[in-house]
Amino acid sequence: MNEFLLILGMMLVTFSVRYVMFGASSRIKLSPAFLRALRYVPPVVLSAIVLPEVLLDDGMLSVGVMNARLVGAIAAILISYATRNLLLTIVVGMAVFFGWQGFVVPL
Amino acid sequence: MSFSRSRPQEFWTGARDIIPLIVGAIPFGIIFGTLATSNGLSAGATLAMSTFVFAGSSQFIAAGMVATNTGWLLIVLTTFVVNLRHLLYAVSLVPYVKELSQWWKVPLAFLLTDESFAVAIRGYEAGIKADEKSPFQHWYFFGAAIAMYVNWQLCTFLGITLGQMIPDATGWGLDFAMSVTFIGIIVPYLKNKPMVISVIVAGFVAVATASLPNKLGLMLAALAGISAGVTSENLLRNATTSQGTYHE
Repeated sequence: MNEFLLILGMMLVTFSVRYVMFGASSRIKLSPAFLRALRYVPPVVLSAIVLPEVLLDDGMLSVGVMNARLVGAIAAILISYATRNLLLTIVVGMAVFFGWQGFVVPL
Repeated sequence: MSFSRSRPQEFWTGARDIIPLIVGAIPFGIIFGTLATSNGLSAGATLAMSTFVFAGSSQFIAAGMVATNTGWLLIVLTTFVVNLRHLLYAVSLVPYVKELSQWWKVPLAFLLTDESFAVAIRGYEAGIKADEKSPFQHWYFFGAAIAMYVNWQLCTFLGITLGQMIPDATGWGLDFAMSVTFIGIIVPYLKNKPMVISVIVAGFVAVATASLPNKLGLMLAALAGISAGVTSENLLRNATTSQGTYHE
């Protein structure tokens, strides 16, 4: 394994993907329709990251009260919906998850 | 909230706002350092990967491929595929970074991750909503991104040096901090039907395609979610304009 080429190559491809749009951004004119589509990117990407984290356990679908992540996530959704407060959502979601994992799941 | 924050204020607010995502990344940084070195990557190369590549998912996949003696070129190509999603993040940030100099664009692009994107775009959109475009909002982005970066280096180092002595970091549950933080960012977006539809479609496509390699499922889910949102937005608009009630 040539570690130098490995890291150089990984660095170049990763930076290129991250940089190409920024580098050209002053010359890119995004159409209104495209900008409208882009509004969906943050919620869509984040939910595509979160849902598998919450619903899958070692690749298997896990829906039920024994899934502490699911219970914590539902608590977080409710708190966020009710308060729109990010910090409170995080604190309550984590507390419910740890509490459920520590006290309810072992029962 | 003051109308315009100074550069250091923006920087430290960004660093503060990314703390929950840093907490979520700690176990992964430690596990990466431990795993990569035990898979046969030298300690120097493991650290260098975190320092110069700085892309968690692809670093894990690379470490796995090192263990199976895969050639460096194939690992580099795989890295490219795994990191394609950053294209989507970058293009979403174009409207906010286009006026910056290259001195800013290069480091901000280098430091772009799932986490710094989530925090930065939330900050930018909040600024637009409040109609208080801070002149130094890139400092907020930079503060968040640099805090994430420093933490990733420290955790990689911890994993390399003390990894064998640290009890299994996967079992801590700290990674769940990322899920709840992202939930707290997603929910406020769900103010209309197209947004709700797009998020549900993306979430379920992601679960259904989670077994695909190299984060391809994430890309598919994102594209499906965006298409679903745009399509339902157009359908709803057509439906309401035909009733003559829709005004934009």
